[in-house]
Amino acid sequence: MFTYTIRRLLFAIPTLLVISFVIFALLDLAPADPLANLPLTIPPEVREKMREAMGLNQPFLVRYLLWLKQFFINEPLNILQEMTGIVIGDGDRLRVLSWATRAPVVDLIVQRMPQTLWVVGLSYLFGVILAIPIGVISAYKQYSIFDQIGTFISMVGYSVPTFFTGVLLIVIFSGYLQWFPSVYDTNLEVRDWSSFVAQVRQMVLPVTVLTLYNTSQIVRFVRASMLDNLHQDYVRTARAKGVKEKTVLLVHVLRNSLIPVVTVIALGVPTIFSGAIITEQIFRVNGLGQLLISAIEGADLPLVQTLTFIFAFLIVLFNLIADVLYGILDPRIRYD
Amino acid sequence: MTDATYIEDEKPTSVWGDIWRQFRAHKGGVAGLVVFLIILFTVYVGPFIHTIDPNKIDIRAKNQGPSLAHPFGTDNLGHDMLAQVMAGGQISLAVGITAMLLALFLGTLVGVTSGYFRRLDGPLMRVTDLFLALPLLPVLLVVILLFRDSLRSTFGPETGIFILIVFVIGITSWMHTARIVRGDVLAVKNQEFILAAKSAGIREFRIILRHLLPNVMSSIMVSATLGIASAIITESALSFLGLGFPSDFPTWGRLLYDGANFLQITPARVFWPGLAISLTVLSINYIGDAVRDALDPRMLKR
Repeated sequence: MFTYTIRRLLFAIPTLLVISFVIFALLDLAPADPLANLPLTIPPEVREKMREAMGLNQPFLVRYLLWLKQFFINEPLNILQEMTGIVIGDGDRLRVLSWATRAPVVDLIVQRMPQTLWVVGLSYLFGVILAIPIGVISAYKQYSIFDQIGTFISMVGYSVPTFFTGVLLIVIFSGYLQWFPSVYDTNLEVRDWSSFVAQVRQMVLPVTVLTLYNTSQIVRFVRASMLDNLHQDYVRTARAKGVKEKTVLLVHVLRNSLIPVVTVIALGVPTIFSGAIITEQIFRVNGLGQLLISAIEGADLPLVQTLTFIFAFLIVLFNLIADVLYGILDPRIRYD
Repeated sequence: MTDATYIEDEKPTSVWGDIWRQFRAHKGGVAGLVVFLIILFTVYVGPFIHTIDPNKIDIRAKNQGPSLAHPFGTDNLGHDMLAQVMAGGQISLAVGITAMLLALFLGTLVGVTSGYFRRLDGPLMRVTDLFLALPLLPVLLVVILLFRDSLRSTFGPETGIFILIVFVIGITSWMHTARIVRGDVLAVKNQEFILAAKSAGIREFRIILRHLLPNVMSSIMVSATLGIASAIITESALSFLGLGFPSDFPTWGRLLYDGANFLQITPARVFWPGLAISLTVLSINYIGDAVRDALDPRMLKR
């Protein structure tokens, strides 16, 4: 298992390098000019100076290697320095700068991270907590009314895009009923009870939208996996030797069924980040997704490059976690 | 002996007949098929019945609620919403189907090649893994933003964006098909009839086309149905983020995006396109479920 993990880790490095290269090349080959939005009155020699300041006049490979160095060496060292105060080298490093704001990209990302994590993380947590019991009951009482309704709702929740459920909820709950605000206010600080209530109220709608989607997706897996296991021989054996039904279901079947489900849950983490891009746009949550959209619209290439790469990194990381978890949870799986 | 008489009594059934019978046994699938056909009919035949031009601007009739002349109401420029939803549906469905066909073609090509030719298996699967690790929505957004203007100037505003969207969706959603097809090919290619075909001296290309492909058709068909649904969702998500089709050439997602700014005045503007997307995707997903059950050899009762 250990050697397998190491091998996978080593394999992840070239994958990430290739992905970063592809993203960089894509952004570079594109015909869009980052200076195209500037006024036409800027004289050509100033324009040339600006290109130079952005580092655009250097060859493609040099810029790529520079980005790699900034992102993989300078930024981690900087984070280390800020967290522990240990200074390695002279402490004055070139960082990845956003073209639009001239601020380090990593600082922008760190600013936006909590909003995304709160909304996305909570909805995923609720999704898992809701999905497991619903899936278990649905499979145990297959073809019952609960199962029929549950399967139908999960199919609907899985098919209806979040940008429709979100807008629908806004119309109903903040338009007609006026229970919840439709816009997420990030400046709100939780200091006392009333601000806490306000924070909860503004989180209800985005979290509900994402929870509905996540729950429906996970329920389908839990139900399918439970059904696979319920008809296995070991279940019949357990019942035959007189194990209580509750134990059969919750200890024998559930534990075995959760093995693939845990993998699916781990694999789903990166996709919900990109799903949150849309939800953040609907509810005006200024998280990572909103940062990405505004960076794309403003042709802020370093920011787009870094954010896209972070999304890719999450995918590779959680694929790895899913594989390793699968091996740990299921002793029958041997990778070596 | 009884078996023999039993078989003679029964009507001769073809494979497709069996599949159709299995499909009909799945209630959700039949309902999905009916709903999907109704949507197709409304979108493609509806404009001949409800003959208002979707781009006709009638500023005096703006922001109207539903009436006999405008069953879905009108938007802030007086466009008739029913006509717009039908016109948008034509584009959305066309994008979904074309992108699915492209993804299916690429996926089958990669899957068959890597399953059949051992030497290409490793590299092709690495490429597939790489594509699977790309964060799709951000990459799609980046590609569309960067290449939108140059394609528009080459092919015109409408065809340009259509080609671009179909191309990017197709090229980023073939991976699952490729993996499934590869698995099936690996299982099929070691069976005797392939060996027989080889020893009969049939060329590889013909073996793949005539003997291999029909045997992996079932998984390709399941991928196809689910592919349409996900392509429609992706297209409307892109349009909803304002990076898809332009307003004068709207799809369901674009109508939803434009309508979202007028939520308080005319909620119908988001309701109808959203409902159209949801119903289409829901019906296709049910059809997909039924097709999978119908093609699953374990489910065949004979």
